[in-house]
Amino acid sequence: MVLEDLLRIKEQELAARKKFTFRVCLAAGCVSSNSEAVKAALEKAVKDAGLDTDVEVRGVGCLKLCCGGPLVAVDPLNVVYQKVTPADAPGLVAALNGAQIGVAKVDLSHPFFAKQRNIVLENSGVVDPERIESYIAHDGYRALREVLREMSPADVIAAVTKSGLRGRGGAGYPTGLKWATVAKTKSSRKFVICNADEGDPGAFMDRSVLESDPHRVIEGMIIAAYAVGAEQGYIYVRAEYPLAIKRLQNAIRQARQFGLLGSGIFESPFTFNIEIRIGAGAFVCGEETALIASIEGRRGMPRPRPPYPAEYGLFGHPTLINNVETFANIPPIIRNGPDWFASIGTEKSKGTKVFALAGQVKHTGLIEVPMGITLREIVEEMGGGAPDGKRVKAVQTGGPSGGCVPASEMDTPVDYESLARLGSIMGSGGMIVMDETTRMVDVAAFFIEFCMDESCGKCAPCRAGTLQMHNLLAKIRTGNATAADLRTLEELCEVVKNTSLCGLGQTAPNPILSTLRFFRNEYIALLKSDATDKPANGQDRPDRV
Amino acid sequence: MITAIGKTKQRALGPSAEKISADKRFKILETHMKRFQFKQDALIEVLHKAQELFGYLDDELLFYIAQNLKLPPGHVYGVTTFYHFFTLKPKGAHICVVCMGTACYVKGAGAILSALEDTLKIKSGDTTPDGQVSLLTARCIGACGVAPAVVYDGAVAPRQTPQDAINRVKGWVEHGA
Repeated sequence: MVLEDLLRIKEQELAARKKFTFRVCLAAGCVSSNSEAVKAALEKAVKDAGLDTDVEVRGVGCLKLCCGGPLVAVDPLNVVYQKVTPADAPGLVAALNGAQIGVAKVDLSHPFFAKQRNIVLENSGVVDPERIESYIAHDGYRALREVLREMSPADVIAAVTKSGLRGRGGAGYPTGLKWATVAKTKSSRKFVICNADEGDPGAFMDRSVLESDPHRVIEGMIIAAYAVGAEQGYIYVRAEYPLAIKRLQNAIRQARQFGLLGSGIFESPFTFNIEIRIGAGAFVCGEETALIASIEGRRGMPRPRPPYPAEYGLFGHPTLINNVETFANIPPIIRNGPDWFASIGTEKSKGTKVFALAGQVKHTGLIEVPMGITLREIVEEMGGGAPDGKRVKAVQTGGPSGGCVPASEMDTPVDYESLARLGSIMGSGGMIVMDETTRMVDVAAFFIEFCMDESCGKCAPCRAGTLQMHNLLAKIRTGNATAADLRTLEELCEVVKNTSLCGLGQTAPNPILSTLRFFRNEYIALLKSDATDKPANGQDRPDRV
Repeated sequence: MITAIGKTKQRALGPSAEKISADKRFKILETHMKRFQFKQDALIEVLHKAQELFGYLDDELLFYIAQNLKLPPGHVYGVTTFYHFFTLKPKGAHICVVCMGTACYVKGAGAILSALEDTLKIKSGDTTPDGQVSLLTARCIGACGVAPAVVYDGAVAPRQTPQDAINRVKGWVEHGA
């Protein structure tokens, strides 16, 4: 494979393009709403109308507005139909020539689409995730070629550092710095791992990226491997995402056929291979040392750091671990230059972030927005607020490690530091909207139960602490707790936060702490009135029995 | 001497040679292990394959894997029980998974689960006595945009209500197919 081959494939793809294209969303959300049958019906309708030569029906990745599924986009009419049924197919074909039909269209000028800035998702819903040619036609693997033929590993690391990209898995560690650490550690073998163990309940960004544009992640990994000097890569993906696994396997096979994986990539001396490792349902495996243990075939339990995986990782060798979205950001950074990327976002948080907007909000789906946008813009404008005329009460970010941001703090800009100040975290990008009917104590209990079940049991603060927190919350919820119990709960939160071994335990109290901070009265309202220990506001026994 | 006793014991607990030669699935599993050169770090991959072939992982099967990968049986058992995905009990003919992710939770997945528990008269994680239906929960299946979601025999169904779910599983129980 050389540059000419890439250009030839691109030209062929563009030349083969037909007058009209139906893009049918085949990501998991729409598939669950029967979009595969819609695609088959469209193919049949096109055939019946004798329009084979003019119309292409293409299965694509996520078209973002999950609540409107199944979605069908039509090029070049720039129309997206929603809630399409197989019976609508002949009508959709007739509409190509201007016929009026009753299928609802998506308003593409709505803030949900208008406020998006797509970098990671630029190909999502456009390319066919099952064909590498389709990715190449959208300048895929051009960045890789440039890196391998025209840049030294140090140049690549310098570019990533300059772009200001930070890890998209949640903690926000500067990516360039991580790469540089792995690159400078001397070892006979090094590894690159893509963390696709998207365990946060309520998050589906990584799934969508893998299902919609798997080659982008592979390209990012190869570039990273070249920069740090690794020859073997692993993608650790959840077993709960069968479609993503299937598309990744297919993408890796195609990349190998095209000489983009294996030895002598782009006729350079560089060799790199990728294997998929399927997770087996353990949230803690999102933690990097636990993930490494799992790839080594052991129980996914974390170990103390340092040494960090960058120095002592998989099988004892230096290992670079990045999240799916981090790798997906690499090809555009190389293609468009680090300055372009650094011009987007805020001073300390560069670029864009993909969020999975879900919960009690009118428009659910996948959004990619520049860093620094406010939560209000996301929830009220893009999401359209809570349905059925209810008020939004809070937004939960960061999953079980994050916190709840109340409606009063909605003007907070979305960046790593601002969310941390509110006791939440950016996290991997789950954003769950809750309306006024949600009881915050229940939400805290939901997350603590999750952390209790998912605690690996290695360190005592997490293993025993989450259980005790869960019991205390249960006592509060049943109206049997006193103010003393609430104080114990708060103390316990601090202990677990400060003494746990890994991120799971250290952040497990966050949902309690943040709801206590902003919705303390809901806890107090549930406390049993106690003659010796009256709650601060003197509120009596709640109505709830 | 002691190791010799250990070995006889292990062989006794693993599947018999006749069983291995009679059941094609063992051959497929062995080929799969060979693909990974019987490397011990491939244990989780092997367990995935074994569960795919046999439906669940019983002691005999775990011993077979331990022997082939030259791992202590306790290690194999420890890894198997650590991960939620692996099951030691046989599953029902139909599998119903209720997603309990955050988005599904705030949209009422709890009510769906309790409706199913009442209808099937089992708790989540169990299988009906006739072996027809297994009721499970998932941490998050990533279908948050169409919450609440339930997976019926591997197919994700969007925007479910308790009544939808009851109708679906009742169909299984009544038609028995």
